[in-house]
Amino acid sequence: MKNRSLVSINDYSKEEMLHILELAKAFEANPRQKILKDFVIASLFFEPSTRTRLSFESAINQLGGRVIGFSDSSSSSTSKGESLRDTIQTVSLYSDLIVMRHPLEGSARFASEIAPVPIINAGDGANQHPTQCLLDMYSIMKTQGTLDNLDIAFVGDLKFGRTVHSLVIALSLFKNTNFHLVSPVELKLPSSIKKFIVDAGLKYHQYTDIQEVINKVDILYMTRIQRERFSDAMEYERVKNSYVLKADMLSNTKEKLKILHPLPRVNEITEDVDSNKKAYYFQQAKNGVFVREALLASILGVI
Amino acid sequence: MENKRELKVSAIDNGTVIDHIPQGAVLRVMKILNLEDFTDQIYFGANLESKKYGKKGIIKVSGRFFKPEEINKISLVAPTATVIEIRNYEVVNKLQVDIPDEVVGFVKCFNPKCITNHEKMTTYFSVIDKEDLKLHCHYCEKNTKKENIIFI
Repeated sequence: MKNRSLVSINDYSKEEMLHILELAKAFEANPRQKILKDFVIASLFFEPSTRTRLSFESAINQLGGRVIGFSDSSSSSTSKGESLRDTIQTVSLYSDLIVMRHPLEGSARFASEIAPVPIINAGDGANQHPTQCLLDMYSIMKTQGTLDNLDIAFVGDLKFGRTVHSLVIALSLFKNTNFHLVSPVELKLPSSIKKFIVDAGLKYHQYTDIQEVINKVDILYMTRIQRERFSDAMEYERVKNSYVLKADMLSNTKEKLKILHPLPRVNEITEDVDSNKKAYYFQQAKNGVFVREALLASILGVI
Repeated sequence: MENKRELKVSAIDNGTVIDHIPQGAVLRVMKILNLEDFTDQIYFGANLESKKYGKKGIIKVSGRFFKPEEINKISLVAPTATVIEIRNYEVVNKLQVDIPDEVVGFVKCFNPKCITNHEKMTTYFSVIDKEDLKLHCHYCEKNTKKENIIFI
């Protein structure tokens, strides 16, 4: 994987994904090693982010690397009308690897084609967010001990949620994954993504009520439903509360159930869930550091 | 025999005949091939009787020959077209257009948030469905359907 950009989760084979998860495990055991001390890494965030940017920068710092960059395009020459091509070409001259988030879809692929240094996509619009996908996989593997034979429920906005799309595609590579898709009718998983499940010979089931499925799954992957996704405001008002997870809904769930959420959450998981041992979303965010350490070290070829 | 009949009508000695263009696609084919600015003779007909297709269109361009990549561009709107090259009133080459596996640089991505609609760059699609014509953008990974195809 040395010097290879990571733009889309489809850029990695199943073996390569598992290799990153193995490395992440080793970094979790020993997160502070100065193996990137000779490297300068650019962190270009053309739109705001809390977790992704800070966990990348934390990972770089914990490995002894130096970070340059910006956290908002208004503090870069983009605000003067500079093209992405020129920004990427310039930053490539100053760094060994570029981590980038950009609001336009396909921006990271384009950057990877013009930059002489590898690019890690930290989110390109609604398209791809492969490092989130890998940290979700790591969180599932860590809590369930395997990525095979799992019952996984995805809840909320399955139409526009890029993390859901990538994770469904990745988990379709594993044995006997059983997908439970819970969403309002307007926000169902697109058929182009369901095709990955079907092509892999796996099964999916669709529901509109979380109660139908909550007691039989190993992973509950919650997502935020945004009001602006609905063409009909009445419909939003009608469904919004059916996708809120509360602590009392967890009483008959499986012992090993874990609740994941890519965060930020707004109101789809009430605070009383946070203290439940099945809540895992903050540890999930922490796992992002180890996975990103694994990716940086692997792409820069230091391990 | 049919060739002779065509030649009487169009009377081009050297050039290209694009036949069997689907009904309604003649003007789009002319636009894709940049024939709007062409200064030599062009004959075109639409809604002509065709035994095979019912109605068809035809374009005859004098003194102009097309490269295979130009011909493949029209395949997206005129997959049934036949391209006939004429030199000295003789048919020297006849070929069927072919929908390519990749479409590079002449179709716009329908996704307004795609990077290709914001940077000076070449668009790049793989054709994932030749029958129903569906193009997969190499950059934003969204699919552009037949009815949304816009030529650059």
